[in-house]
Amino acid sequence: MLRFENVHVYYGQVHALKGITGEVHEGELVAILGANGAGKSTTLMSVSGILKTRTGKIIYEDKDLTQASPYNIVQLGVIQCPEGRHIFGGLTVLENLLMGSVRRRDRSEVKKDIDWVCSLFPVLGERAGQTGATLSGGEQQMLAIGRSLMSRPRLLMLDEPSLGLAPVIVQTIFDVIRKLHEQGVTILLVEQNARKALQVADRCYLMETGSVVLSGTVEELRGNPEIERFYLGG
Amino acid sequence: MTSVEFFIQQAINAISIGSLYALMAIGLAMVFGILRLINFAHGDLIMVGSYATLMLLGAGLPFWLAAFGGVVTSTIAGLIMERIAYRPIRGAPDVAMLLTSFAVTILLENAAILIFNPTAKPFPAPAILRDALQFGNLRVASLDIVAIVVAFALLVSLTLFVTRTEVGISMRAASEDLLAARLVGINVNAVIAYAFAIGSMLAGVVGILWSIRVGRIDPFMGFYPVLKAFVASVIGGLGSLPGAVLGGYVLGILEIMLQGLLPASLSPFRDGFVFAALIILLLFRPNGILGSTEREKI
Repeated sequence: MLRFENVHVYYGQVHALKGITGEVHEGELVAILGANGAGKSTTLMSVSGILKTRTGKIIYEDKDLTQASPYNIVQLGVIQCPEGRHIFGGLTVLENLLMGSVRRRDRSEVKKDIDWVCSLFPVLGERAGQTGATLSGGEQQMLAIGRSLMSRPRLLMLDEPSLGLAPVIVQTIFDVIRKLHEQGVTILLVEQNARKALQVADRCYLMETGSVVLSGTVEELRGNPEIERFYLGG
Repeated sequence: MTSVEFFIQQAINAISIGSLYALMAIGLAMVFGILRLINFAHGDLIMVGSYATLMLLGAGLPFWLAAFGGVVTSTIAGLIMERIAYRPIRGAPDVAMLLTSFAVTILLENAAILIFNPTAKPFPAPAILRDALQFGNLRVASLDIVAIVVAFALLVSLTLFVTRTEVGISMRAASEDLLAARLVGINVNAVIAYAFAIGSMLAGVVGILWSIRVGRIDPFMGFYPVLKAFVASVIGGLGSLPGAVLGGYVLGILEIMLQGLLPASLSPFRDGFVFAALIILLLFRPNGILGSTEREKI
């Protein structure tokens, strides 16, 4: 469904992605693990078209995303829920969710999806009229994920959804990620919480300083010393 | 005239001039909110709209039709400005965009000098807008009433637009967080074009009301209104739409109040006092009355 072919990305002079190659199949949940600065978020930003690829290709269903605008990439159903949540603080919860569905034209279905998102995260329904800025960190993360779901993603990219959240909220969020995966949504998950990520993922890539250093199914990687090191270190 | 009547008269005056500042400030705020660009060329859209109105009047159109044409012209001028001056440098440092706005200002003003020559031209208005209504001792210029009513109608429509329509909510979203707006699939180019179009349309309306008020137009007529609008949006909180409106009215009220209260010997220095008040306000609220205090996102 999504394929990276020797992707190189630069921030000015900094060589942030040094030729990564990999793929995500339809219906899979693929995790990208790695420490800060490994290039995980850069990878997602390149897929979304926010960062431009210097060389290499990012192919999504036979289309090269490296030439597409962020707007067109969203139209294809490739949705990123960015690190740091980036909810619209001055907009209400409901308006935030509506902005998630901005690419869609099926108005009657949008209403159903709001109900669906509120069933996944009941707190969003309770806070529908409040502005995003008044929500707690965990609620904001739920809103950010809910907003991404409102676009009915075909490929959902989640960047550090558990970052800085209390364990009970992390559990809620991973329960939803598992549920989405079971419903057939293809997910690319960037996480520092390797233990949690490996519980839900089918396959995983381990990144270090802009390169993929290890990849395989979760079964293959279980017990791998590099992953173990990352577990303990991370 | 009793003091109550004097107060009412001054209040109407203040709200009328405040309405013009508010409408101008909205245009600045809409663009600043999304692009972090203080578009000083916004003032020249007033000039463009007014000259267009004058030309259409000269061609024999009735006033209301000519005014409508003037507003359409300034709207189109704003859209062209965005497309050829600002879009190519989007993402450049803020100061580059600011300099570009000065360049656009100078370009438009010089174009106006070439086409219309620099001397002021009288701006004719229908008699009804030059009249005053008499309520007892109270004399209210009909232009003030028109300005207040027009501003009120525009502000209500604008509020409905930014809270009830998808484009309007997208506009607020883009000004909250441009990255998030792009990631959810908001068509940022379209939203920015809308912001310019609406702001320029409002500038066109202000231009006509302003020109009637002053009675003449010249190529540099946009400077004073855009400066006032800038001050208004700083008072209210740069980039905030409610802030722009509030700032516009606060500035209008402040000016008229000082004009009424200052002794005659000091009244030529009214603007000095206004800016002193602005400095004091900013010492206590650096982000304006409604401006956010830039919360750290954790």
